[in-house]
Amino acid sequence: MKSPYSETVLEHFRHPHNVGKIENADGKAIEGSPACGDMVSVYINVHPDTKTITDIKFESYGCASNIATGSIITELAKGKTLDEAKKISWKQASDALGGLPKIKAHCSVLAVEGLRSAIENYEESHGLIKERIPTTLEIVRARLRKVMNPMAGLDLVRTNLVQDIEIDKGTVRVVVNLPEDHQFTPAIKEEIIEKIKPLWDIKEVIVEFTQ
Amino acid sequence: MLDKTTVYLDNSAATRLDERVLEAMQPYFFDKYAVATSEFAYSQGIEARESLDNAREILASNLGAAPDEFIFTSGSTESSNIALKGVALALDNKKGKHLITSKIEDFPVLNSAKALEKQGFQVTYLDVDSDGFVILDKLRESITKETILVSIQHANQEIGTIQDIEQIGHICREKDVLFHTDATHTFTRIPLDVKNIPVDLITVAGHTIHGPKGIGGLYIRQGTAIAKWIDGGFQEYDLRAGLENIPGAIGFARASELITPQETEQLQKMRDHIITRILSEIPDTTLNGHRWQRLPQNANISFHFIEGESITLHLDMHGFAVSTGSACFSRSLEGSHVIFGIGGDHERAHGSIRFTFGRFNNMNDVNNLVQVLTEIVKELRSISPLGKEKQEEKE
Repeated sequence: MKSPYSETVLEHFRHPHNVGKIENADGKAIEGSPACGDMVSVYINVHPDTKTITDIKFESYGCASNIATGSIITELAKGKTLDEAKKISWKQASDALGGLPKIKAHCSVLAVEGLRSAIENYEESHGLIKERIPTTLEIVRARLRKVMNPMAGLDLVRTNLVQDIEIDKGTVRVVVNLPEDHQFTPAIKEEIIEKIKPLWDIKEVIVEFTQ
Repeated sequence: MLDKTTVYLDNSAATRLDERVLEAMQPYFFDKYAVATSEFAYSQGIEARESLDNAREILASNLGAAPDEFIFTSGSTESSNIALKGVALALDNKKGKHLITSKIEDFPVLNSAKALEKQGFQVTYLDVDSDGFVILDKLRESITKETILVSIQHANQEIGTIQDIEQIGHICREKDVLFHTDATHTFTRIPLDVKNIPVDLITVAGHTIHGPKGIGGLYIRQGTAIAKWIDGGFQEYDLRAGLENIPGAIGFARASELITPQETEQLQKMRDHIITRILSEIPDTTLNGHRWQRLPQNANISFHFIEGESITLHLDMHGFAVSTGSACFSRSLEGSHVIFGIGGDHERAHGSIRFTFGRFNNMNDVNNLVQVLTEIVKELRSISPLGKEKQEEKE
């Protein structure tokens, strides 16, 4: 069979590791939504003293790269400390899978996000995070680094597509350097809103295109 | 990989060439390779001209049209481009700048309309109902004195819904507006006679009927205002320049002759069988498009809580080729505009699978597919975070 995916991706897609749910997990998170085409839930159990991940499971509503990344990320995170696991990047996951097609970056980055969010969820619920800070340009930019540019397989910030960001009384305005009728504008717009809207003090997200 | 063991159920994307079509085409590659424009220079040119005209006559008669109302193109994309842009160019300064189409048209029509918008034309994109039908009253209301063309497909490429083009044609005729229909998926399968149905332009193509790729046609009713879009020589009644694709035209005509009502009935049986089996045997499935007013070769079903690309990839591993309306599958990362058009949400679009049948499929294929698919759906649902409560209730 010929496939745009590597043998490793196909293997993890066919037989994903660590699939399922952990009842009363120490930390859990859901990233994505049916609207963006992919969704992933990550559950972790953490050793209270060593802060290592003792058990990890995931569920996926998504395409092959989403399922395979969920599988590999749980393998990579198992046994690691929270600080180590937080640093696992999409690039590491992709490399461990023998590479992913560029256009699929946005589907697979979700699993990485899911792991980080599950760790944050654990830290929040166990009093390891200080009080909430107001959203700054830096925070928005950091979130935009999680939005993939499907043409490059790299994020929007890195590929210089973010022209401007403004924050004003709970409204974030992002200007993207792409024509309004570009093939990927609807997908990119949706993803930007999805990443920024959950910030606790943001009520509205406006995405504009340059032409 | 397509091999003898692959069951190809994506016949609306492409079809396997029939050997008899290849046989008819073969001489035009090796012995009779002259082009029709050289008919006044040497006898091979005359033969080429005769063969081309014969093919044209066969195809035109399929639509009840005269041969000089049918031009060859490179496929349905080009045909629809010529129809929309050619009429727009011809009537721009004479009648108006308004076109009407539907939200669920195939991309050649939709994107030609969008291109015309950039040139200053206005386009109305009609909503369709939950089965995919254009609402005739809405169409009637949308036509203005400025309207130059209505373009509504004969049947939908994804969900198979067949429009009432006879009524649509009458409405256009009443209001004195030209009517184009994209018949890429109905040509030779569902009768369309221009003597009974008031349609002015029809897009057809060879790739959907076990003919060659790269050959299509456009019916243009005599007297229709249309400007030349592809410039060059004087071929195709001076409406479409370019070297004639004679082997393609011969193959297209031969393919049209090989379609029989018995075969179409057979496709319809497979369609009905797969719809009945999936809807009754696999829970949480929805049929997209109308149950009966649909293409005989098309079934389109959404599988809830799971994503289409995962389904197609698993099916591919089992030797079945199908397509999906999922965003993950498309180059634009957007879910099917057709499923959105009929009021479906993202989940319904992402989980939609299209099965389209052709000459080389049989009932065994359908039964084997349903068996494999049942397992795949169960497997993918077991790893999906969606619909869990609902699934557990059932267990």
